[in-house]
Amino acid sequence: MSGAPCILSVSELTMRFGGIVAVNNLSFDAERFKITALIGPNGAGKTTVFNCITGFYKPTGGTMRLAHGVGSSIALERLKDFRISQHAKVARTFQNIRLFPGMTALENLMVAQHNTLMLASGLTFLGLIGAPSWRAAETHAIDRAKWWLDRIGLLDRADDAAGNLPYGDQRRLEIARAMCTEPVLLCLDEPAAGLNTRESAALSELLLSIRADQGTSILLIEHDMSVVMEISDHVVVMDYGVKIAEGSPQQVRDDPKVIAAYLGADEQEAIAVMESTP
Amino acid sequence: MSILGNTKAKVETAAPAERGMTMPAPHAKTRAPGIPFILKKALLSALVALVLFSLMVGIRTEAGPTGQLIYWTRFGELASLVAAVFGGSIVIELLRQWLGPTGVADLVPTSVQNAFALAGRLVAPALLVFTLLVPVIFYNQRYILDLGILVLTYVMLGWGLNVVVGLAGLLDLGYVAFYAVGAYSYALLATNFGLSFWVCLPLAGFLASLWGVMLGFPVLRLRGDYLAIVTLAFGEIIRLVITNWQSLTGGPNGVSGIPRPTLFGIPLTAGDDGLAARLGIEYDPTQRIVFLFYVILALALLTNWVTIRLRRLPIGRAWEALREDEVACRALGINTTTTKLTAFATGALFGGFAGAFFATRQGFISPESFTFQESALVLAIVVLGGMGSQLGVALAALTMIGGFELFRGLEQYRMLVFGIAMVLLMIWRPRGLIGHRSPTVYLKRAQAISSDLVKEGHG
Repeated sequence: MSGAPCILSVSELTMRFGGIVAVNNLSFDAERFKITALIGPNGAGKTTVFNCITGFYKPTGGTMRLAHGVGSSIALERLKDFRISQHAKVARTFQNIRLFPGMTALENLMVAQHNTLMLASGLTFLGLIGAPSWRAAETHAIDRAKWWLDRIGLLDRADDAAGNLPYGDQRRLEIARAMCTEPVLLCLDEPAAGLNTRESAALSELLLSIRADQGTSILLIEHDMSVVMEISDHVVVMDYGVKIAEGSPQQVRDDPKVIAAYLGADEQEAIAVMESTP
Repeated sequence: MSILGNTKAKVETAAPAERGMTMPAPHAKTRAPGIPFILKKALLSALVALVLFSLMVGIRTEAGPTGQLIYWTRFGELASLVAAVFGGSIVIELLRQWLGPTGVADLVPTSVQNAFALAGRLVAPALLVFTLLVPVIFYNQRYILDLGILVLTYVMLGWGLNVVVGLAGLLDLGYVAFYAVGAYSYALLATNFGLSFWVCLPLAGFLASLWGVMLGFPVLRLRGDYLAIVTLAFGEIIRLVITNWQSLTGGPNGVSGIPRPTLFGIPLTAGDDGLAARLGIEYDPTQRIVFLFYVILALALLTNWVTIRLRRLPIGRAWEALREDEVACRALGINTTTTKLTAFATGALFGGFAGAFFATRQGFISPESFTFQESALVLAIVVLGGMGSQLGVALAALTMIGGFELFRGLEQYRMLVFGIAMVLLMIWRPRGLIGHRSPTVYLKRAQAISSDLVKEGHG
């Protein structure tokens, strides 16, 4: 924990909804240029953590620090939701895909570059008169969108409505859309949900390349253990709103607490199960 | 052009196939014939008609000569109406079973559909050319020219509201407020300070826009139905303020003697300094009407041009994205507050322009011109035209305003015919005359996006 170049450090994060404590005193760090996975059984509070990090919920307590530049950091809990993407450069995807279904794949990626384009269009006024600087910026934005469409293999379907794309393509398009905001931290909420084996493999490859080529750190919620074990550098396990384990994929896989949480059994039973199977 | 035609046909044929796949059960059920089923359905319809019409038609009430209530029964009419519903219901059910549950796409052959698509591409330019020529063709027909000006005013209002409702998906029931602010801005500035129309026009737009932002701030937290109710209230507030602020607005008496617009300072009057005298031609009152016609046409085209331009700019895309999914917008770093406010302000700007034009055209304005009915009419134009579609809105304004005049010969049945026409339109084209959406940017070709995918917005 100490000395590691953390991109995000969450400490003592608590989120209450009335009497329900969804997240209780959760602390973890996500390292820069690494893939950190957040796993746990259903209802463990993973998505709530995501919603806190991306500003959709205001946490009841705790801090979330996003490292920015050298030595400085941004307190995410103090920013409004849209500012977290705009200033802190944290992008996210959703568990149930939230594309703009009536807009084309290309348009979806253009909307993601809103803030850059808004400045380039002189807050609309330069764009309205068709200034050359705006035209250049627009061409640049289309090129970036094309690059990402090509990267996710959807260049042929650029002009199709996003709502008409197959499920797997929509998942990848949502990731590409998040990447078009040029984030430093990408939060993915179950990106492999509903994908077949081949699509999951392609997704793993895509995420690894995003980490390598774009230098974007990734925070990931996932139930598909093959994806988690394959690509994560660090795994945080949650259950009932608290962290129950943390470590490398290998460490976590062999942790009796984790197995107990997933099997719904208590710890002693899990140890017994583990000892009986070599 | 033919490429677009093909895609449109593809989109339309794809939709029913999908529907058939997802829910085959009701599909099969409606197919099931049987006289008892038809009779049962017809009886139910007749029963509903009986309940509805027994009070509406069966009993006729009127105030007597001394103010007492007199009434008489009309059971004959009631019986014939119920019988008509019963018979009609059987006919419709038989027709439905005969044709089967088919969409338009199956009934019309592809070649005809392609021809329609091609014609659809030509509608807009043809309409524009025709509109430009209206004063030439109908120069001697004052009625047509006046009607043309009225239709164009509503086209402009429709295009203005389209920004708020069609693009940003914010249901605004108080659009007439901006129209009123624009009209009163010009009327008061012109009568009190003697400012000319062309100076006041931008001012009126600006003031209406300011009101749009003022309205926008408190209502931003509201969504859907709640937003609609509050905007409705704001529209009424404006009207009530105008009615009661007698010292400024003249209250219910309105503002009269509003100056007419000039052509770069040259008035269109019969005097020596008038346009006719300067050009050395004979003065004719129609010249002023024609001038007004071209002024509103220019204003409407400006609205159209700006809206089309804005759709291709980041702000316009953000509006549409907001209509599609607000949560996703926020996740992408779009400031939804300012985006909504700009939509309100832009819509209000055009409403203000239209208001200023209305004031200069009428020469007299009073609060009576800015009732909720106007808001409802403009909203109906936008919804009927197809939310977000510029051509659709123009066609809807033509149908609603022009068509309504067309039915004038039918006298008291006018409303009935109009109502039936609207019900039929909503059955056949539930998303408006032009329901599909055209993309703002494309790599290879612009494909029309089926209305099934496009969201209507909810706040």
